[in-house]
Amino acid sequence: MKSFNTITSTCVSMPAENVDTDQIIPARFLKATDREGFGDNLFRDWRFDAEGNPKPDFILNQTGVKGEVLIAGKNFGCGSSREHAAWALYDYGFRVVVSSFFADIFRNNALNNGLLPVQLPEDFIQDLFSALEQDPSLKATVDLTNQQFAILGSEKSSGFEINAHKKTCLLQGLDDIDYLINQRDQIIAYEQAGRKV
Amino acid sequence: MSAKTLFEKVWDKHVVSQIQDGPSVIYIDRHFIHEVTSPQAFEGLRSRGIGVFRPDQTIATADHNVPTIDQHLPIKDKLSRLQVQKLTNNCQEFGLELYGLGHQYQGIVHVIGPELGITRPGMTIVCGDSHTSTHGAFGAIAFGIGTSEVEQVLATQCVLQPKPLSMKIEVDGPLASGVLSKDIILYVASKISTSGATGHFIEYTGSTIRGLSMEARMTICNMSIEMGARGGMIAPDDTTFEYLKGRKFGPHGVAWDYYLKQWKELYTDPDATFDASYKFDAADIVPMITYGTNPGMGMKITGRIPSGPDNQKALEYMGLTAGEQLLGKQINHVFIGSCTNSRIEDLRLVASLVKGKQKSPHVHAMVIPGSKQVEQQAKQEGLDQILEAAGFQLRQPGCSACLGMNEDKIPPGEYCVSTSNRNFEGRQGPGARTILASPLTAAATALAGCISDVREII
Repeated sequence: MKSFNTITSTCVSMPAENVDTDQIIPARFLKATDREGFGDNLFRDWRFDAEGNPKPDFILNQTGVKGEVLIAGKNFGCGSSREHAAWALYDYGFRVVVSSFFADIFRNNALNNGLLPVQLPEDFIQDLFSALEQDPSLKATVDLTNQQFAILGSEKSSGFEINAHKKTCLLQGLDDIDYLINQRDQIIAYEQAGRKV
Repeated sequence: MSAKTLFEKVWDKHVVSQIQDGPSVIYIDRHFIHEVTSPQAFEGLRSRGIGVFRPDQTIATADHNVPTIDQHLPIKDKLSRLQVQKLTNNCQEFGLELYGLGHQYQGIVHVIGPELGITRPGMTIVCGDSHTSTHGAFGAIAFGIGTSEVEQVLATQCVLQPKPLSMKIEVDGPLASGVLSKDIILYVASKISTSGATGHFIEYTGSTIRGLSMEARMTICNMSIEMGARGGMIAPDDTTFEYLKGRKFGPHGVAWDYYLKQWKELYTDPDATFDASYKFDAADIVPMITYGTNPGMGMKITGRIPSGPDNQKALEYMGLTAGEQLLGKQINHVFIGSCTNSRIEDLRLVASLVKGKQKSPHVHAMVIPGSKQVEQQAKQEGLDQILEAAGFQLRQPGCSACLGMNEDKIPPGEYCVSTSNRNFEGRQGPGARTILASPLTAAATALAGCISDVREII
């Protein structure tokens, strides 16, 4: 996993609420056995029609809309546990997803892939949607070390929470598997203590 | 000792260590894998040069991406065939038990775990599938995980998890005729919303829940995730123990007595508290259907679609309007199956309703058994003949049109009354419009050719 520190980027605004992982990446694109290339089908059925032509109204198809920060409506990533959703967002180029809350499994999947879920207050996000509608070229700075989200050249900023362990993992590019493998002695001790069911 | 919830009793027993200001290291008793969310995890093990830490605690099956006809033939779709083959290869290479296509125990992962006695009270159970919450019906902590976490479990038999908040959902009173556990959970989801239980682990209690069979309880726990919950569980009782007795891989003899004593300790202490609580009266619950694009958008079958700005996008997709009644709406597709409703009791209910009747000519009605064992049982009981005589097609086990990964898709713009768990946009195929309901409502709809209230024909 690549390390994450600070990102400054334009934003992509997606106010829809309850965006489920079937929208992020439909099941028919889950047949691959590696982690590559899922970005091509990110938001597939919102982004393309049945013939594969881009739908002009969809935000990612609009001229000049790009960025590493996705600002999303509440309950982003609900539904299926498919980690392909996090892979698709990352592969497309997103590094941060901002929402007023995330579905639990998606949050873990994102964190395990270097995609930072930033949870901010609902009214702050509504303000962000309005500001981005006025000026789509606004840039956000996401500073993980100081746990700060800010809009460049404005007063708009907010702190965000992340657990200390996950923060360290992201800053150093470590994953949980490395951590757990180093815990194997303790895990074996747990098994030998007869607590297994 | 302080009072504990059922969840806390099981959780505390499985904490290997606690990271300061971070998640817990949780030991996993049983790990289920399938073809779709596991290949990248095995690839991860290979690139680290490590094996599976506890191969006897992982069980594999092929379910998500398999055809539901002609399973004895090679899978036609190349990518699907390769993915299922990859699972076989990975299980061989890493020494894991696989109930692959054609095996007598193959089936939907959340159907086979319980029916084989692999799922037991007090366990921690994970799978790279959000409906792993199904196993909570046995008083297990069971939850869905991502592929990185699948790799964690393969490598160490543990996952890192933050401890969730607790939620109690109590349902009391007798259920009316024609009302099933699917209606209970669709009703609860309509009250709590698709995200109302996010961050929580649910315990379902109350006399209505106690009165349900194990299979009906599984339907309830299965859909915990549809309210955003990490999982849902029900304290084991005599119904649970009766179900477990004699199961293939369950404890037998002296071991049974040993475990039974432990299982009887699995309940929430009277003084234990929950972070959130809801209480519902079964008398308020009637057959339910959904009208929107998340499972929280449900209503009474006789109801009218509520209005509101939140509904607009969903209703546009569904081709429906606020104030409209769905009762009587023509339906061309009925899907009976999925990890929510594909067990033998579901098939028996459907068969009992359609026996001696005929489906409406324009309806395409599919019945997908949850496992080879369910399929066999259905045939032994003659349910296959009843279903086929009524025009319902009994196919072979798999996830099928619940998620439309295989060829069992609903055509664009068409409505499907489905016993599955999700009515998301495109879930059953691009442009497909899903209406969630119980097996009885689905069967009644297939007979009438339009959305029907089963209470009027039983």
